[in-house]
Amino acid sequence: MNPALEVTDLTVAYHDKPVLWDVDVTAPAGILMAIVGPNGAGKTTLMKAILGLTPVAAGSVRIDGKSYTQQRQRVGYVPQRGSVDWDFPTNVVDVVTMGRYGALGWFRRPGRREVDLAMHALEQVGMHDFAQRQISQLSGGQQQRVFLARAIVQDADIYFMDEPFQGVDATTERTIVTLLKQLRGDGKTVVVVHHDLQTVAEYFDWVTLLNVQCIASGPVGQVFTEENLRRTYGGRIAFVERDALATGGMALRSFAPAATAGGAD
Amino acid sequence: MDLGQLLHSLFFDYTVRTVALGTAILGIVSGMLGAFAMLRRQSLLGDAISHAALPGVVLAFMITGLKAPLVLMTGAAVAGVAGVILVIGVSRHTRLKQDAALGIVLAVFFGFGLMLLTFLQQNPDARQAGLNHFLFGQAATLMERDVLVMALFGGAALAVLGLFWKEFKLLSFDREFGATLGFPMSWLEMLLTFLLVIAIVIGLQAVGVVLMSAMIVAPAAAARQWTDRLGLMVGLSGFFGAVAGVTGTAISTLAGGLSTGPVIVLCISAIALISLLFAPRRGVLWTEIRRRRQHAELAMVLKGGRP
Repeated sequence: MNPALEVTDLTVAYHDKPVLWDVDVTAPAGILMAIVGPNGAGKTTLMKAILGLTPVAAGSVRIDGKSYTQQRQRVGYVPQRGSVDWDFPTNVVDVVTMGRYGALGWFRRPGRREVDLAMHALEQVGMHDFAQRQISQLSGGQQQRVFLARAIVQDADIYFMDEPFQGVDATTERTIVTLLKQLRGDGKTVVVVHHDLQTVAEYFDWVTLLNVQCIASGPVGQVFTEENLRRTYGGRIAFVERDALATGGMALRSFAPAATAGGAD
Repeated sequence: MDLGQLLHSLFFDYTVRTVALGTAILGIVSGMLGAFAMLRRQSLLGDAISHAALPGVVLAFMITGLKAPLVLMTGAAVAGVAGVILVIGVSRHTRLKQDAALGIVLAVFFGFGLMLLTFLQQNPDARQAGLNHFLFGQAATLMERDVLVMALFGGAALAVLGLFWKEFKLLSFDREFGATLGFPMSWLEMLLTFLLVIAIVIGLQAVGVVLMSAMIVAPAAAARQWTDRLGLMVGLSGFFGAVAGVTGTAISTLAGGLSTGPVIVLCISAIALISLLFAPRRGVLWTEIRRRRQHAELAMVLKGGRP
């Protein structure tokens, strides 16, 4: 079986400065993968490069064995919430319906069927009652759930989500986690740019540690180790609680004093 | 002239009717396309395009020796497109940001156009007379063939807008998401900008290159105040543009000597001002009242009372 996502030797440069350098990431189908790394590590750039939104200097991306342009209809995308103008004159159900535009193709307008799909997706994220709400009147968490609903109606096989947990309320966080598990249950693959190291092991199966280069990528149990985190973040990772790390328990004990010492600064 | 006479002439006086029809068309087209320009934060691009069109108008005349509307509009459109390409080129290939690129292109093209105009005016050839009307516009010179060309091109631009409605909405709200859906966003962006060029070009004769940007920005700004729905906003923006066009024509007819273009621009500015101040929910007055009420309620709560 082909891996759901296979990134090979990916390099992205901005004004001659490498933002991503020779990145290799492989993810099997049906997993939830987090991409973590410090600010400026290139997490969003990696996602945009995979989706063809950022020109790449070198490297290739395969989705289920084929190029991204061939697989476009099978790929769903949740951009960063802050990337759009929420004062745009439109309502919630209209934004969610945009997730069907790709399947509709040129010129065809969304109809009854698209609205029904949108309403169903809104139910899944607990935003059914907000369908007619003007989008400028939503809280940050509600905006995020609208974007998730828009991705649900895309009915993709692999999803890319850029910081969906960023600045959301507890309800939204729970909704996202439930949704991620549901997507995985349906055999879908989800790649998430994530910033909260504490919840990586709890929410995800796989993790990619990124800092311009790919430091490590694989099952959380194998690669989400203090050693790898230290290589990714330098000295700034001490705040990760021991039990949030993959190796947890006994194996980590020996590292604990170092982590505590680091936590002082 | 009293109001009854005015209404009578709007409908039955050939000249007044032609001018009113022309300014209404320009108001509708620039209003509707201006709405998209505003939502995409490209209002200033409209200003650059209209100024950049001036040398195109003059050059078109110099090359062909004709003042037919189609010839001059084509020249204006070519120069407008060249201006846009230059803005994009400068902001992409230099470290200058888009606002600087807009300013440069606007000034350079407009200055070049002015230079060509003065050069022509030193010429004994009288045929160039009237070209300087493109500076501030002269709606009174609109003739049936001008209005016909405006209607034809404006109508075509609006038809394309309707055809690509869903795609343009996607482009305006979430360009990158649209790109992942497989829509060629750069191409759509060029198409929408080209429609904006058309909207500007058909208005130049009546309103002029200097004031045309008001017809792009003001109707859209006014319309946004009254609705939260894209379709309604675009429609309302076109309606405001048309109202300003006809009202401006009427006022300048009444007042005799007033030139129509600036009066139209003042009309649309008045509509925009009223909308910004008094529109429910988004208007200045409304937000101020709400702010005061919240203050009062907060003060009550802090004092231990119930709001």
